[in-house]
Amino acid sequence: MALPLDLESLTEAFSGNLGMGVDENALISTLGKSHKDHRKLFRKASKGFFVEDEERAFEKCHDHFVRHLKLEFSRFNNAVVMWAMHPWERDARLMKKALKKGEEAYNLIVEVACTRSAEDLLGARKAYHSLFDQSMEEDIASHVHGPNRKLLVGLVSAYRYEGNKVKDDSAKSEAKTLAEAVASRGEEVVEKDEVVRILTTRSKPHLQHVYKHFNDIKGSDLLGGVSHSSLLNEALLCLLKPAVYFSKILDASLNNEADKTTKKWLTRVFVTRADHSDEMKEIKEEYNKLYGETLPQRIQDKIKGNYRDFLITLLSKSD
Amino acid sequence: MATLKVSDSVPAPSEDAEQLRTAFEGWGTNEDLIISILGHRSAEQRKQIRQSYHETYGEDLLKTLDKELSNDFERAILLWTLEPAERDALLTNEATKRWTSSNQVLMEVACTRTSTQLLHARQAYHARYKKSLEEDVAHHTTGDFRKLLVPLVTSYRYEGDEVNMTLAKQEAKLIHEKIKDKHYTDEDVIRILSTRSKAQINATFNRYQDDHGEEILKSLEEGDDDDKFLSLLRSTIQCLTRPELYFVDVLRSAINKTGTDEGALTRIVTTRAEIDLKVIGEEYQRRNSIPLEKAITKDTRGDYEKMLVALLGEDDA
Repeated sequence: MALPLDLESLTEAFSGNLGMGVDENALISTLGKSHKDHRKLFRKASKGFFVEDEERAFEKCHDHFVRHLKLEFSRFNNAVVMWAMHPWERDARLMKKALKKGEEAYNLIVEVACTRSAEDLLGARKAYHSLFDQSMEEDIASHVHGPNRKLLVGLVSAYRYEGNKVKDDSAKSEAKTLAEAVASRGEEVVEKDEVVRILTTRSKPHLQHVYKHFNDIKGSDLLGGVSHSSLLNEALLCLLKPAVYFSKILDASLNNEADKTTKKWLTRVFVTRADHSDEMKEIKEEYNKLYGETLPQRIQDKIKGNYRDFLITLLSKSD
Repeated sequence: MATLKVSDSVPAPSEDAEQLRTAFEGWGTNEDLIISILGHRSAEQRKQIRQSYHETYGEDLLKTLDKELSNDFERAILLWTLEPAERDALLTNEATKRWTSSNQVLMEVACTRTSTQLLHARQAYHARYKKSLEEDVAHHTTGDFRKLLVPLVTSYRYEGDEVNMTLAKQEAKLIHEKIKDKHYTDEDVIRILSTRSKAQINATFNRYQDDHGEEILKSLEEGDDDDKFLSLLRSTIQCLTRPELYFVDVLRSAINKTGTDEGALTRIVTTRAEIDLKVIGEEYQRRNSIPLEKAITKDTRGDYEKMLVALLGEDDA
């Protein structure tokens, strides 16, 4: 005879307690096997998910229960679809989605433009032509207004030199330019042509040199939030310390207070970075350094079911 | 259409390389031989000859040419022998240097090449100069010119024929408003010119003409003659919509200038001989009542002239 359903563990299996994904096996072995009377008891006890219609004597689903399940069940689905896609298509679609969503999602544009290699960013632009019959830069330029437009268009249009050759005196003078831009009153840092020029055209090794000189000159960290434009600050972090950037957004997505959108970042980071073992290794190390626990452990604790297993598998590619 | 004449059966690259070697031996240089070979080979063939020459003689053909030739002729041979992507990388790099700086050349390369060609030029630029084209252009241009040129050289335009007519109408209206008030450096004008596909831009300006009864280039003539930015803007639009007319204009002023601007002449002939020099020549004759070849031979001499004539497909080789 089946046992009564345990409210606590069933809610866990649904990730009703701040988890993510669904524990498919638990659902099969408990809910699947359950007697209908026990299910009724579960519904009555589960005030978060069901509401009593006393007049008509039945327990109906909260809308948000249905939505919640849909969301949690779809995490594995979305991860797999994204994973199977060509990286170029993945990134092109991410860009398009960010544009459609509007300003609050523009950090995605910065992320893709700044953390991909020159060839991968170029590939995303090619995929964009193929998928949307227009160029990435024309779409961004026509949808983004205000001070961030030049930065975003410049970032996605870059085809950065990827060699190690750097002209140090050039880097030093550009560090000075940045320092002056940050110090001056008046025009916002992101609106300064020279700042945009440096960030959207220089190679990453060159920018590392600029970073070092900036910190020496100014005595403060270029990555300490020098601009009112969060996109500019993010661009700096993505270009100079991508492992830190990714660790931070992973942490945000795994946070108990994370909202629906933020939680989705988890899939995105894992799927788009898992093929780059070196980078993934760095992200794991950085995450550990910043938050005191390992990424695999955090995933193990918080995530459930197939979604969890998929993420762990992606993570283990860089072990 | 191209003007380059290549015979159906060309010798093997190694034979060509050997022949070229003989052109350098002894006193002086056999320029006629050089012209008769290099002036009648396609880009792919020239690439193979260079390779073969290097394998056989341990030296870059271009270095040898540099040693043996001089002046306009050498420049023409040098530009011609380079692969198109390398050529564009060289031209744009020169255009960012102080003594040879030219916003016009930057715009010309950015706007008259296909998206793929421009991309290849950017790749060749990385390889040759260990920097990106855009970082050099950004660093060496300022103000409004930088605002226009950096987006132009970094564009990766959609190349399909699809056109959004509603958008064309909107953007034609927008452009008209800005130009009416002489806001030539307006962000949106630059945005449209530097990001839209060529098909879309053409549709936009056709719409402009329909709505306002005059061509955009005519409207832009109202501006100040000394306004260099306006002049660049006009050329940009011309390059994006009617490149052959742009080239005709540049050729005409290059040839008519007292002394001839060999730089521009060489650049246009070598970069277009395999693309559309024929059409350009036809347009040139239509507008100037004299064949392009005649105009060139009137104004140039010696091996330089012979090389240009060969590339025009008008020599007897």
